[in-house]
Amino acid sequence: MTLTVKDLTISRGGIPVLEGLNFSLEPGHALILRGPNGVGKTTLLRTVAGLQPPVEGEVQAAPESFAYAAHSDGLKATLSVSENLHFWADVFGTKGIQQALDGFDLNGLVDRPAGALSAGQKRRLGLARLLVTGRPVWILDEPTVSLDVASVELFANAVRAHLAEGGSALIATHIDLGLDAEVLDVGPFRAKPKSGTGGFDGLDESFL
Amino acid sequence: MISLLIRDLRLAMRAGGGFGLGLSFFLIVTVLVPFGVGPESALLAKIAPGILWLGALLACLLSLDRIFALDWEDGSLDLLATSPLPMEGVVTVKALAHWLTTGLPLCLASPVFGLLLSLPEQGYKWLIVSLVLGTPALSVIGTFGAALTVGLKRGGLLLSLLVLPLYVPTLIFGAEVARRGAEGLTTTTPVLMLAGISAGTIALLPFASALVLRVNLR
Repeated sequence: MTLTVKDLTISRGGIPVLEGLNFSLEPGHALILRGPNGVGKTTLLRTVAGLQPPVEGEVQAAPESFAYAAHSDGLKATLSVSENLHFWADVFGTKGIQQALDGFDLNGLVDRPAGALSAGQKRRLGLARLLVTGRPVWILDEPTVSLDVASVELFANAVRAHLAEGGSALIATHIDLGLDAEVLDVGPFRAKPKSGTGGFDGLDESFL
Repeated sequence: MISLLIRDLRLAMRAGGGFGLGLSFFLIVTVLVPFGVGPESALLAKIAPGILWLGALLACLLSLDRIFALDWEDGSLDLLATSPLPMEGVVTVKALAHWLTTGLPLCLASPVFGLLLSLPEQGYKWLIVSLVLGTPALSVIGTFGAALTVGLKRGGLLLSLLVLPLYVPTLIFGAEVARRGAEGLTTTTPVLMLAGISAGTIALLPFASALVLRVNLR
């Protein structure tokens, strides 16, 4: 299950942010995306996940191979930890949440409503969702936000196990996860302003 | 899909879920109308079908902006869009969950509210028939409006403006069924029109809702 991105140009709010992106992700490998705030990492991940269409170029992958984890975890505050996980397991047609609970050390919290969890616990639950999707390609947007050191290690172990099983991961992050992964700095792929627009030199964060 | 329906119903039942919101609004309207127009039961009986339908429609409208807004805010709409569920299925289940938590209780409670407005005896059957046939259209049209305005902060006003004109045909024929029923006239034509509106919206609008939802998620 190889993910291939060819000559991809992506835009946010109608303005191209990244252009000429080419990379491929083989099974068992991870690719770390880096780049300054506002450069378009989230937009790239959303485009790869199929949430928005590319301006040019294409994303080649088998359909329904992605598990996407965004900044927000998609948790329902009034449902318990196990109800939240069971729901996503049912949606993705997989069975059993025990592995996910073990992987992110959530066993002591199963009956707690998600609204009563701390920010780091919520994030762990959000990441545990990835384990119940059964999808081969993980697309992760800043997965370690609000995680403590021990939880980052849990997450890194989960990614390693996923890679060892032949999965792959595309991760936008700024911290070193200790993974044996390629790093792609998307900074050089910033979209050049079209000639004649004048006055728009390079990236203007406030303009985006 | 079943799991999504169960989750939505469970969320509606839990604290802050908004179940009963429409019903209590409907109750308030029907209790207040006799105070507003006076206790004359002949007059009340005459306007009861229209008032009951108007109350049901506004009660539906009240909970529309919750259909997608909550899932949008906590990010689960993005996750649902990347899940194996087809978007058309997601919006259909959302509309069904809205109907089960708003439309169905209104249908079941309407005889009691009819009593409050001294609805004539022969009108009850047709009031329930008209609501059972008409409220699914209200939920499906409302889901379309909610899909159009998802992601807008305080989109409720815009949602009402978009949806109210689309509700007019359902209101006209629904209230006409209830009125003709209450007056003991034949109801075949408006019942068929109402059923046609519901069938048409249920068949077509989920595709439109799924399309605008995909556009709005970009």
